[in-house]
Amino acid sequence: MEAALGLMRRMPPGLSRTALSSLLLLLPQHSSDLLSLVDQPLEVLWDDSCGKQFLLCDYNRDGDSHRSPWSSTYFPPLEDGTQPPPSLRALEVEANEIFALYRDQYYEGGISSVYLWETDSPEGFAACFLIKKDGSLSGDGRRGLLEQGLWDAIHVVEVEKAEDEVTAHYCLTSTVMLSMKSNTGFQGSFNLAGSITRQMEADLSLSEGHLSNMGKMIEDMESKLRNGLDQVYFGKTREMVFTLREPLDTLTASSATGQSIQHEVISDIIRSRT
Amino acid sequence: MDRLEAEDEELSDEQKIAMAKWFLLNSPPGEIQYVAKDLQGVLSDEVIYEAAAREAFPLYNKEQMLSIEMSDGSGQVLVSQYGEIDIDHFIDLRTAQVATVDHIKQVCTGVRPASDIELPSAYVEEYRGAIDVEVMRYIDEAFPRGHCSVYATNGKDSEDSQSFELTITISSAKLSPKNFCNGRWRSVWKAQLHGDLQTVELKGHIKVSAHYFEEGNVQLDTGYECKDASILQGPSETALAVATIIQHHESEYLACLEDCYSKLSDNTFKELRRKLPVTRTLFPWGSAHQLSMNREITREMSTK
Repeated sequence: MEAALGLMRRMPPGLSRTALSSLLLLLPQHSSDLLSLVDQPLEVLWDDSCGKQFLLCDYNRDGDSHRSPWSSTYFPPLEDGTQPPPSLRALEVEANEIFALYRDQYYEGGISSVYLWETDSPEGFAACFLIKKDGSLSGDGRRGLLEQGLWDAIHVVEVEKAEDEVTAHYCLTSTVMLSMKSNTGFQGSFNLAGSITRQMEADLSLSEGHLSNMGKMIEDMESKLRNGLDQVYFGKTREMVFTLREPLDTLTASSATGQSIQHEVISDIIRSRT
Repeated sequence: MDRLEAEDEELSDEQKIAMAKWFLLNSPPGEIQYVAKDLQGVLSDEVIYEAAAREAFPLYNKEQMLSIEMSDGSGQVLVSQYGEIDIDHFIDLRTAQVATVDHIKQVCTGVRPASDIELPSAYVEEYRGAIDVEVMRYIDEAFPRGHCSVYATNGKDSEDSQSFELTITISSAKLSPKNFCNGRWRSVWKAQLHGDLQTVELKGHIKVSAHYFEEGNVQLDTGYECKDASILQGPSETALAVATIIQHHESEYLACLEDCYSKLSDNTFKELRRKLPVTRTLFPWGSAHQLSMNREITREMSTK
């Protein structure tokens, strides 16, 4: 298992689906572990009853069918498919509505789905918030900068009510997977792909409700993941490119030309002051 | 997810070998040995692993254009299809030697002098050698870890004013697994030297890969293609022209990459997710319900 996860950490993120299906075939005895430990880009289904799309994951699956968060019915149809208890279903309906607004504000499009289910801890439950966005021009891209661009976010929150009855403990595990193929404007390609997973825990007052608490944590986490990918992860690959091949003709602060310009500017400033 | 689930039927050995090869060939720069180790753990079948490794390592090494220290310490030999004599022998024209390569260990186990039939004619060698010198000068300046090799890939026995093809390869890797960072630059430049037309035509193909994997897995994969031409003159003038063209295009490519990176954060990435909503404030979770109702009302009003 450890070796299988090691392989997943090295294979190109854009090929993770092929990598995972090979591992499932090579290690059939570990298939359930692999499916729960390795996140995959989300798949989409149509809910015909309300004409909306929804996202698939293990948490809305029963057999070979998946439950739509909009109508709570299974596709393909399944009699006696598992349903959340009414109180959780009510929260789920509200969560889907509000999370769709959140998604629209940050993603300008995309698909979202939220699923809730009961857990073993008394009065506890878990929730899974999913977002998928196609940022290419043929998808929901607004600026035409991506030839291909996919973002998948999976947030799983486990909630336990504390003994004091006024706070709850939230444990959030988030994964973002993305792949971008830029429209480069030159004869060539520029592809970045990646996946990262992080965890966050918090004890929060129930005064604003579960939804608001979970939502704020997810918003915070998504911003951190986006920044991390942008600044750290992409930054490291950029650094690598410019270490492999040094920019000869461009001006940098440390290049010979850059240094001489700096000196000129400094002496100009000194002269202008005297 | 269901269609990903393992089927009960047993895989044949051929299928297992094919999958194992796929993993090896998709290893990021400098990581095939790590992938091999994990793969051995997954397969727990040495026979299958070895069959896959035997096929995959030579392909991977050539695709990556691995540079390997020659066993006699006379320099580096590039493992590439352009210098391939047979599966584990690669020519280095700078030292006029043929190196024996152990693909799986990724080392050179011996060298022998190249035979006359493996070497280009004196006429071709004059151009090849001159270009090698000029490109090396460029490598010294631009690639701190780079190595290059120039091969006679077509018409190597050409005499005065006949046409022939030289292939210039550049390979530069930075491998620092301790910092969770590996990368490689590869360029292949095919130069057609037309003795009759007195021209040199150049076609370049450059690839850069980078992998950063500290608590995550992010990979850059980029390529570039370009063409250029010059007039065929004497060996040293031609060599200078060729090296200048290569340097120019590779600098231009680097500038394009810089441009892609500079647009990434504020433009390209926004296509996937904005840093902040259009409103430039965090999402109003507390009053979101209100927001949702307002939207319903506006929608209803507008449909009326």
